[in-house]
Amino acid sequence: MAEDIKKMIIEYVKKEYLDEDSDQVVTEDTKLISSGIVDSFSMVSLKMFLEKKFQIKIPDEKATPEAFDSVTSIIHLLSEFTPL
Amino acid sequence: MSYSEKASAHYENELKCIRGAGLYKEERQIKSPQMAHIEVEFPTGAPVKGVLNFCANNYLGLSSHPEVIQAAHRGLDSHGYGMSSVRFICGTQDIHRELERKLSEFLETEDTVLFPSCMEANAGLFEVVLDKDDAMIADRLVHASIVDGMRLCKAQLYNYKHLNMEHLEEKLQETQACRFRMIITDGVFSMDGDIAPLDKICDLADKYDAMVMVDDSHSTGFLGKLGKGTHEHCGVLGRIDAITTTLGKALGGAAGGCVSGRKAIVELCRQRARPYLFSNTVPPVVIAASIKVIDLISKSTERRNKLEENTKYFREKMTQAGLDIRAGIHPIVPVMLYNAKLAQDVARDLYEEGIYAVGFFFPVVPQSQARIRTQVSAGHEMHHLEKALAAFIRVGKKYEILGKTKQEIIERYGM
Repeated sequence: MAEDIKKMIIEYVKKEYLDEDSDQVVTEDTKLISSGIVDSFSMVSLKMFLEKKFQIKIPDEKATPEAFDSVTSIIHLLSEFTPL
Repeated sequence: MSYSEKASAHYENELKCIRGAGLYKEERQIKSPQMAHIEVEFPTGAPVKGVLNFCANNYLGLSSHPEVIQAAHRGLDSHGYGMSSVRFICGTQDIHRELERKLSEFLETEDTVLFPSCMEANAGLFEVVLDKDDAMIADRLVHASIVDGMRLCKAQLYNYKHLNMEHLEEKLQETQACRFRMIITDGVFSMDGDIAPLDKICDLADKYDAMVMVDDSHSTGFLGKLGKGTHEHCGVLGRIDAITTTLGKALGGAAGGCVSGRKAIVELCRQRARPYLFSNTVPPVVIAASIKVIDLISKSTERRNKLEENTKYFREKMTQAGLDIRAGIHPIVPVMLYNAKLAQDVARDLYEEGIYAVGFFFPVVPQSQARIRTQVSAGHEMHHLEKALAAFIRVGKKYEILGKTKQEIIERYGM
């Protein structure tokens, strides 16, 4: 289950934020925000995607750049709001 | 005393972090009017040095144009210095309305309202026209002032990959249920000189019943055959619902901005846009000079033609010299260096050569996209361009970057 979720988020990040010809590798530990793959502006769409997918509401104070900085940290954040 | 040692230590530490990250912005003091050749004191206390300015937004060279300065003097004499009021109390003079009319005519829009800056126009527009049932669909690289404006608005925020029309269409499909959608983009993107494909954007807007908003700050006055901006360049005059733009770049470069577009949108901004309602009116002296600028560029395309020729020449010669120039036609000419330290070193050496241009690096531009952004002006003469080219070639040789590909530069200097 957790593996499926990881895979799904990685696929979304690749599709949503990388160009088709990008050779950037994205794994569960790839830095997303601090590396610039996802900027703080685009983070909003990632948050919306997760909220829609898991039918949850992530409060703004929890939606920090640190919490969204890798797929691993995102999963940790999600686990606070939904059983994974 | 409310300014505690704890607060002081916190702010000092923040500043230390900014310096430590190499992000501290030093201001260089210019001792002359803004033009192609300027006198600069840098660092503070150093002897004043004459340099050629290749980093101003002074695209048409009008910032210190004698007729503009004269018009400013006349405006100061006839309409005074300040208005001590916001627009709607007692801050609207005849010349404010005259400039708004002239801007509407020039941009070929229905109406225009002035703001103290384009930053404030962008801060005010979205929350006036969109609400929680609506969607803002923005290019991912829009200007920071648009990002701030969108943050003030309750509408849902979506963004699409830079200039990627397929991705924009996906977002338009995703948001079909929203009451109103607005596609939001810069006309020209300030770090790259990329031009938004407004023809395709307007077609998609028509197909999916969405509005289009464009910040045309880096185009108004010179893009398009008559210099009206990106909407003219792309053949979509009359199809943009809201244009924001600035008087602070090509149009004299002093201050002020506007929202121009559909009559009701402009009227609503006049009634409800908070930065408009609660900011002082644009000073009469700026308005008088801006009217002269619009008259000058409406009467003749000489300056935008010269800018186009200068840009073409500079881009061609820089490319021939082997510098890695981001392709395009805009006077923003980014010289790609990829590595932040290299960008800073090259900028420093150019300054020694008498060329003032600035290095940009993450987070201002994406990681490993460090560059020197040069900006060509109609105020540049051929000998200015030649001097800049010679300086870039000398410095390029020193760092052995001429004729090198992105990969080769990265291999040598890192990302």
